[in-house]
Amino acid sequence: MVKPMTNIMNPETKPSPQLAAEAQPPSRRGKAVSTQLEFLQRLVTQPKAIIGLVILAIFFLMATFAPLIAPEDPSHYVGRPNEPPSSEHWLGTTGQGQDVFSQLVWGSRISLFIGFSVGALTTMLGLVIGMIAGYLPGVIDGLLNMFTNVFLLIPGLPLLITLASYLPPGMVTIILVLTFTGWAWPARVFRSQVLSLREKDFVSASVISGENIAYIVFMEILPNMLSLVVSSFFGAVTYAIASDAGLAFLGFENVNTISWGTMLYWASNSSALLQEAWWTFLPPGLCIALVSFATTMLIYAMDEVTNPRLRSEKEIVSVLKRYHIASKRATPVVRKPVA
Amino acid sequence: MTQPIHKDKIVLDVRGLTKHFPVGTFLKTQQVHAVEDISFTLKRGQVVALVGESGSGKTTTIRMVARLIPVTQGEIFFNGENILKTEPRQASLAYRRKVQLIFQDPFASLNPVHNIEHHLSRPLIVHKKSSSRAELHDRVCELLETVDLKPAEEIARRYPHQLSGGQRQRIAIARALAVDPEMILADEPISMLDVSIRMGVLNLIGRLKEEHDISFVYITHDLASARYIGDEIMVMYAGHMIEGGHSEEMMSGAKHPYTQLLLSAVPDPHAGLRTRKEFGARGEVPSLINPPPGCPFAARCQKVMDICQQVMPGKVVVMPDHWVRCHLFSAGTSLPEKAL
Amino acid sequence: MEYLTRRGPIKAVDGVSFVIRPGEVLGLAGESGSGKSTIAHAILRILRPPALITGGQVLFSGHDTLEMQDAELEYFRWQSVSIVFQSAMNSLNPVMRVRDQLLDVMQRHGLPAAEANARAEHLFDLVGIDPRRLEAYPHQLSGGMRQRAVIAIALALNPDMLIMDEPTTALDVVVQKDILLQIAVLREKLGFAILFITHDLSLLVEFSTRIAIMYAGEIVEQSPARELFDNPLHPYTLGLMNSFPSISGEKHKLTGIPGSPPDLITAPSGCRFHPRCPRVMPVCSQVNPLTKKISTEHSVACHLY
Repeated sequence: MVKPMTNIMNPETKPSPQLAAEAQPPSRRGKAVSTQLEFLQRLVTQPKAIIGLVILAIFFLMATFAPLIAPEDPSHYVGRPNEPPSSEHWLGTTGQGQDVFSQLVWGSRISLFIGFSVGALTTMLGLVIGMIAGYLPGVIDGLLNMFTNVFLLIPGLPLLITLASYLPPGMVTIILVLTFTGWAWPARVFRSQVLSLREKDFVSASVISGENIAYIVFMEILPNMLSLVVSSFFGAVTYAIASDAGLAFLGFENVNTISWGTMLYWASNSSALLQEAWWTFLPPGLCIALVSFATTMLIYAMDEVTNPRLRSEKEIVSVLKRYHIASKRATPVVRKPVA
Repeated sequence: MTQPIHKDKIVLDVRGLTKHFPVGTFLKTQQVHAVEDISFTLKRGQVVALVGESGSGKTTTIRMVARLIPVTQGEIFFNGENILKTEPRQASLAYRRKVQLIFQDPFASLNPVHNIEHHLSRPLIVHKKSSSRAELHDRVCELLETVDLKPAEEIARRYPHQLSGGQRQRIAIARALAVDPEMILADEPISMLDVSIRMGVLNLIGRLKEEHDISFVYITHDLASARYIGDEIMVMYAGHMIEGGHSEEMMSGAKHPYTQLLLSAVPDPHAGLRTRKEFGARGEVPSLINPPPGCPFAARCQKVMDICQQVMPGKVVVMPDHWVRCHLFSAGTSLPEKAL
Repeated sequence: MEYLTRRGPIKAVDGVSFVIRPGEVLGLAGESGSGKSTIAHAILRILRPPALITGGQVLFSGHDTLEMQDAELEYFRWQSVSIVFQSAMNSLNPVMRVRDQLLDVMQRHGLPAAEANARAEHLFDLVGIDPRRLEAYPHQLSGGMRQRAVIAIALALNPDMLIMDEPTTALDVVVQKDILLQIAVLREKLGFAILFITHDLSLLVEFSTRIAIMYAGEIVEQSPARELFDNPLHPYTLGLMNSFPSISGEKHKLTGIPGSPPDLITAPSGCRFHPRCPRVMPVCSQVNPLTKKISTEHSVACHLY
């Protein structure tokens, strides 16, 4: 392969009239469509996004309508321990004789609440610190940066465990602890994004127009970070749900509250594997995995919408398929007029 | 495009402007001498063209005048007021109203998430130029029509990515006009536009200068457009100003070897095929990091003398409205800088 | 030549025909969206999907490149025709020394190492770089030298034709003049033809034998360089010439061309230039004009003729 030409083959140097990968196609229908609206439109039509949203919707509905779906108190002892699934108990009973299905439905409330609130809190905290560090140069940035780095370097799980065992057990503790260990990463990411956006001409133009810092940061820079903020949020949710489950499983949470994580704790406590009582740990594990899967799908979908390279590659593949053209190295030549 | 200057009032007076950037690691920092001892004046209703290749320091100079970056040394007098003394830390709102900047890249100077109406209303809001929503909207449409963007209502609703490069640059000009500025600094406003639409934008600038009495500093690397629109031309090289004067005078009678080199290099269809073998001056622009003393062009100059590598030449007025910084013209040693 | 998109095919190049004779320089001028760069890539067939060539022939010494298979194309590229792009940093591998990049090309086409090395030094000599700089990495060279290095690579196998796609646009005007002079000297020495693509019409008049003006994917006028300048026929050509201020001669007002180059998805009907044309007639919006020969060398596509 002739090395100098490898770069020549790069799609970036390909001339493309109006099809430039970077530009969004102008809406020639005359209607002005904002970049954010267009972004959302594209996002929700992505197959990956649809899968993610549907799964999340199902779980949210499940959590909201828990009293309707599983009216019994999930901590009641309703049968013999470790009974396999039956018509009476759809997912069988736990090692303590509680209804697994009921626990699953009610547990979703806690797990989802913890997951999403930690997601929101870490994102917001990360935003505040990241944006301040990114926009205000010099000493402030240096200090905040050092602060962030400290938190990034400390090993996560040991810190989590230490904090969780030291503080009184409870949902608030968990949320605080997870936020405390999770804000540094988004802060770092947001800071670099702000740093690069700050150099853009339109920010300088706002300065020339006489805008103050608050306006510039919130109205000029932040809207351009929308996709990054949303992906960070979902990333944080994934992190939170998984860490919460992990902590609960290890017994560092209040094991008397019912969440997917505590279900796993009790299942392991009752030697569910030995008993071959798969219905006590598989359903909560699966739910945790599904929610993480859904949020990850959303992140991928967002990647595809915002990264023009991925987008155009997909378009290319689908268009070529339609015209039955194999993708070779040289530009294909088709003599018949293309419909 | 020479107009009799009806008011000889000096709007901008830049003296000894210097900018050094630190570069390198914590252990070994060096200084990039991006701009060194720049002085020029701008009169009311005049266009001064700042000409130089990339790296000559022209953009840095203009950003200092626009108060986007801090000044290492030097003074800026605006309407007689010593700006860096009266507003040392930050530019005042009053200064921002009177001095505006247009950027080179029409695709980068507009925030993609806001529509045109938003872009044009913001300066009006910040500088309290309108009292009601309706008035704001009217003013926005008025601005759009001033820069020949019609239909104004429709364009105001659009987003930047729905407009062409030429249209976006006109929006940038409209935004600068919104606050009724006295001086507009234009950083290569047409170099990223398609060739056939450049003149339209340049003519617009010319019109604004005449109709609204706005003074312009026009930055470019293209001598031809500098001549077209500039009343005066200043040539910059490696951070220094090396020649300046009335634009026609510069075209026909440039004195500095670098300016002559530039003039001979510009493709000129009127002059026919040329193969200037005596074109000379190989080599490229010297590094700006810790530069050696003396004239920056010394390494490439065909007429270099010993003194050129030791001392930076001072300003010498060779004709009314024409000065040059070159030892070929300063009698013997360098003369102290002459205030205009 | 078309680009396939979700919204349907875009005709980027439509019915473009031109001839380049040995040792000749054809200047291709146009703005963004004119298709000039696309043509350059299409000749070498290095456009990536969704680009599609839908018709025509590219005859090189009688062989149609559009009919060639991959193996033939590999021989054809660089040996018969090579290309120089606008940005040298995009063409040069940043982690390889320049010498190795030169050697790579030559060895790929079968030259033994010793001969390739000697030739590498000879090439650098030709383009005016000290052969000792062969050991450098691209970022260690200045912009002008990088572009010269790219030209050296392009000339490595002594091609019959060189395509130059905006080779000096990113360079200072002084360096640009230098490099163009060098290319002219090389052309005299080695005798290759050049397809010179640029938006800077004033450059072409000085440098090329013949000029073709492109607009929205079509060639609207073709003529010898001097004649185009003395007698431009197409309103677009006239408009283009009216867009370049000059540094000498009388100063008069230039107007450029109102409007902007069209979006090829919604290309204007009939003549693509008619919405911007100062001499538009009713027929212009309905029928796309055919190319007519005004004289043996000068042709134009306009209803005025």
